[in-house]
Amino acid sequence: MSLPGFPEAAPVAGLAGGVLIGLAAAVMLLGLGRIAGVSGLSAKAVGLGGSGIARSGAWMFVIGLPLGAFVVMLATGGIQASFADPITLAIAGLVVGIGTRLGSGCTSGHGVCGVSRLSARSIVATLTFMATGIATVAIMNALGLEVL
Amino acid sequence: MRTALISLVSGTLFGAGLALGGMTDPARVRGFLDVFGDWDPTLAFVMGGAVIVMAVAWRIVPRMAEPIIAGKFHLPTKSDLTPRLVGGAALFGIGWGIAGLCPGPGIAALVIEPAAAAIFVVAMIAGMAVVRLVEGTLS
Repeated sequence: MSLPGFPEAAPVAGLAGGVLIGLAAAVMLLGLGRIAGVSGLSAKAVGLGGSGIARSGAWMFVIGLPLGAFVVMLATGGIQASFADPITLAIAGLVVGIGTRLGSGCTSGHGVCGVSRLSARSIVATLTFMATGIATVAIMNALGLEVL
Repeated sequence: MRTALISLVSGTLFGAGLALGGMTDPARVRGFLDVFGDWDPTLAFVMGGAVIVMAVAWRIVPRMAEPIIAGKFHLPTKSDLTPRLVGGAALFGIGWGIAGLCPGPGIAALVIEPAAAAIFVVAMIAGMAVVRLVEGTLS
């Protein structure tokens, strides 16, 4: 199903994916009493602080991410994706790593768990990273920097 | 043991949701951020679906004496809006916009495009280590 005016959009798959992400975060919250924040859990897994969960638990969550994507790959016969060149990916990864630790979270911890909790910190963080993300893409497009 | 199992279930559901919702495709993520160009609203549906389910989960929390398999809830208690929070979120958004990847999709994409995703993930961990090192030096 497509969205009128947006032939590229996949609203039904998007909503279904979002519900699964919400369920994943609910399992973490109601099961373990913790926030499913990917940046905090991955920092914990590699021994760089982050979540207070046991390191083994952090690793299991992180390992689950590609596992879940793999299940979807098998079920749907492949996932469409195009990635930037290695240098762009390295710069982006570095900035994301620094930003998520300073800002105490990313799209999952702030954007999903915090916004749904109506946390002021998370709402401010989410509005901020959405704004700078939009600005970054707009500026790169204006400069003719095509990375994908 | 039970903590590990619940974490694995949560991570797997999370990764499946990211892949199904299109967040593991940087082109789609950048399309969502491209509001002044050829905007792709798909990610609004992903965020909306996730936030609605979690809003219900947050309403269940006060009715529970403790989490299902843990002794107590460990939830963020900070409420102060600091320059560090805003500056960090601003940096994160810039990185997100540059390559169309945030931490979850970057890690999940290790099975989709292993070499590209690995570069992003290793650089992200390096960035986290930089913050840790600088903080260690300052404190």
